[in-house]
Order: sequence, then C-alpha cells, then structure tokens
Amino acid sequence: MRFLQECKADATADLVYRVCPMHLLEPAEFLKDLQEGQVLEILTDYDGALEDIPAWCDKHGQEFLGLCEDEEDQDLYKLYIRKVH
Amino acid sequence: MKTVYLDHAAATPVRPEVLAAMLPYFTERFGNPSAVYDLGSSIKEAIEVHRAKVASLIGAPPEGIVFTSSGAEANNLAVKGAALAHLKQGRHVIVSAIEHHSVLNSARYLEKFHDFEVTFLPVNKFGQVEPERLKKALSPATVLVSIQHASNEVGTIQGLSDLTAICREHDILFHTDAVATAGQVPIDVKELGVDLLSLSGPALGGPKGSGALYFRRGLRLVPQIHSGIQENGRRGGTENVPGIVGLGLAAELAKQELPVKAAHLKALRDRLAAGVKERIPFTIFTGHPEERLPGHASFCFEGIEGEALVFLLNGRGIYANTGSACASKALKVSPTLCAMGISPEVAQGSLVFTLNSTNREAEIDFVLEELPQAVEKLRSFSPVWRKKMAAVSGGRA
Repeated sequence: MRFLQECKADATADLVYRVCPMHLLEPAEFLKDLQEGQVLEILTDYDGALEDIPAWCDKHGQEFLGLCEDEEDQDLYKLYIRKVH
Repeated sequence: MKTVYLDHAAATPVRPEVLAAMLPYFTERFGNPSAVYDLGSSIKEAIEVHRAKVASLIGAPPEGIVFTSSGAEANNLAVKGAALAHLKQGRHVIVSAIEHHSVLNSARYLEKFHDFEVTFLPVNKFGQVEPERLKKALSPATVLVSIQHASNEVGTIQGLSDLTAICREHDILFHTDAVATAGQVPIDVKELGVDLLSLSGPALGGPKGSGALYFRRGLRLVPQIHSGIQENGRRGGTENVPGIVGLGLAAELAKQELPVKAAHLKALRDRLAAGVKERIPFTIFTGHPEERLPGHASFCFEGIEGEALVFLLNGRGIYANTGSACASKALKVSPTLCAMGISPEVAQGSLVFTLNSTNREAEIDFVLEELPQAVEKLRSFSPVWRKKMAAVSGGRA
C-alpha cells in the first residue's frame, strides 16, 4: 500500500460505520460530481476497503493515489482517488 | 353504545387514503427494492418519493431521513447510534427525566454496557427543561443530549431552540423525540437546531411499524440493525415498503392539513379543559397552560385513581388513558408527573385525553356530561377523598 505525505482532497466521502459495500457504491456517486483531475477522500473504518478501493479503481479506470495515516484516529482509513474520467 | 375515542397518542386509525396507497405494495408491487430489475427499482423509486415527503414535513433534506420500524427504533438509533459513533469524544449523555422509555432505556443501555455516565435532567412544574439546568449538567465528556419536543403525557412543548443553542455552542449533538409533535405543530429541523429527530407513522395517521429518524448531513451513526446496505448502510433489513409509503403519504397530508387541524384541536381541547374546570372541583391541570400540544388535555383528579376512572369511562363508551400508553399497565405512579413535582397521591388520579381531527364538539360535550359523574362516583367511595374533605371542612370551621 502506498502512503501519501500530502493528503489533500476536493471532496470527502465519510463512510465510517456504513456497512460493506457502501465503500464502493458511494465513492462512485461522489466522483460524478467532481471534475477530472480532482481528488476524492474516502473515510472508512472497514479494513476490506484497503483491497477493494484500489481494485475498484483499476476496474473503473480511476487513479488510486494511496492511503494517509490518521494520527488522531488510528481506527480510520483515509484513501484517495483522482478522477480520471 | 355510543363511543368516543380520545386516546390518539396511544393509537390512531390508519387514514383510508393512506391504506389505499399502501395496499398495492403488499401484492402487485411486492418487489424487493434492492433488486436491479424493474419490479425492484420501481419500488426503490417509490421509497425515495416518500422519503422526500417525510423530509418535507420537518424541513429536512431527503438524504437526511432513515426509515425505521417505529419511533422507538428511531430513538434507539439516535441515542445509541450517535453516542457509540462518538466514543472518542466522551462517554456522557444527558436525557430529560420525562423521556419516552425508548430514550431512557437506550441511555441506560449505554450506561450498563458501554460505561457511559447518564444524567437524567429534572424538569420544572410544567415539565420543561430549563436551559440553566442543561448548562450546569454539561461536562467535557458530554457527546449527546436528548430532550423530547413534547410530552405525550402532559402535552408540554419544550423550548428546544434555547436548549439546542447551548449544545451547538459546545459542539454537543442534540436529539429530539418528536413523535408527539410531528403533524401537530410546525417543525423545521434547521430552526429547531437539532442534529437528530425521531418521528413515528401511527401518530400521523400512518401505519404501526413505521417511523423515521432525521440526521444532520455528515453525522456518523453506528447502525443498530446490522445487515445489508439498505438505508445507505445505516439501517439493515429489507425495507417495509407498505409502511414507508403509508408514512410518506400520512406525512404529506399532515403537512397540508396542519394549520386547520391545529385550530380544530385547540378549540376542542379548550372546550374540554374549560368544562372540566367548571364542573369538577379539586382538579389539577398538568403540563404547560399555553406551550402545549393543541389536541392534548391532561388532568389529575384528587382523591381517585386514574386507572379506576379509565375503567369507569370505558363502561360509558369513553376511551382515555392515565398516562403514557406503554407505561399504563405497569400500575406505577407516572415518573413524568413525579418529576414535575406532583405528589404521588395526586398523580394517582391522572387522566389524559389526546384528540384527533376526527373528533367533534358533540363528543367533547358527551365527555363533559359523563366525566364529572364518574369522578364523583369514585370519590364517593374513596377514603382518600373523605379524608381530604374532612380536612377541608375542618380547615374552614
């Protein structure tokens, strides 16, 4: 897994406590509202997202940027996608 | 026998037009909303249409509504779901002492199983939480405050805006149980300043088994029913589609009819209260005299037991209650009335009338004929009443 130094995003999909597969359904909706090149941040407590999100990006032609560590809340994952199309 | 039903807080008949709208969703429109074929997706569309109707009743965005099986489940999701989602901020919740059992027992669950501290906030003689008391109860660990919009037992409406402002200032979540007020008084979640609000279908003329929770955008909730992605992952289980359609239509009708309904209920309520005041001495009117539900009249008749009065009235075709429908079988003195400082002896004589738009003036007049006789009859063989009368006449002599 690639760890990012700089974690900036144009929008955030907060999916904490939302059950699987919301972590795949909701980002797709958020990406619709972004411009190409913009970055979406996904907040989730679901560890399956670490595999699912990069795989989803591969399948749908979006760019998976990586993961940011959250110093304040180590139970949460912050994943970043750049909209390609 | 002529019957007059005045216990609409306990149960209200489903409106005929609501039932008619629901029926197709039991039969030809039976599809599972999660299915991708037309029979499923069209049902999903129906859910969203009716979600918007519920949202409109309380001035909320449709995406801020989660459908539940009842007001009680909505209260559970709000109190437990919001508190557990914010464990890192603290483990202290505040509820008023006169909340519905679904709020009180959710708070007790947090206390027992998740090491929360719970403050049960006292109320004044009208049943209102005073802002200063709330301020004093806050601590750095407070994550949630839950105070009802109105009491089904004494009819008092809380001054929520003052209470929510305090919580907003301290970044504390505020939930209100609006089961008693939705469809009775105008509600706008933004004006009230609440983060979470519960409502129930039956109170609106919708079906039992339907309810909803409003949550502010971005607010995290730990689901209380774990299953699939129904309700966007916030409440699992296949949706109760007929119930949702019934709740949605009932909410739409309630919004349209609210001003006329409120005026009608208030006129009947005032007629009932004035008649009782004129005809039955030693009666205490419970709750706030003005800040109250339009169709709600509640009394304590000194020297008698409310339960006996309910049975006597039942024999005369009048259906009323002694307090909260869920608590009346426990035969306990109402905690709400006790919290308001009413003595247990007087609280025993509690009687609650909750009216609906279907009630008429003639029904109120019938109650005003029968009720004084019933109270007098019970008092005639009440030792408590005899003792009171002896004290009164002794005092006069």
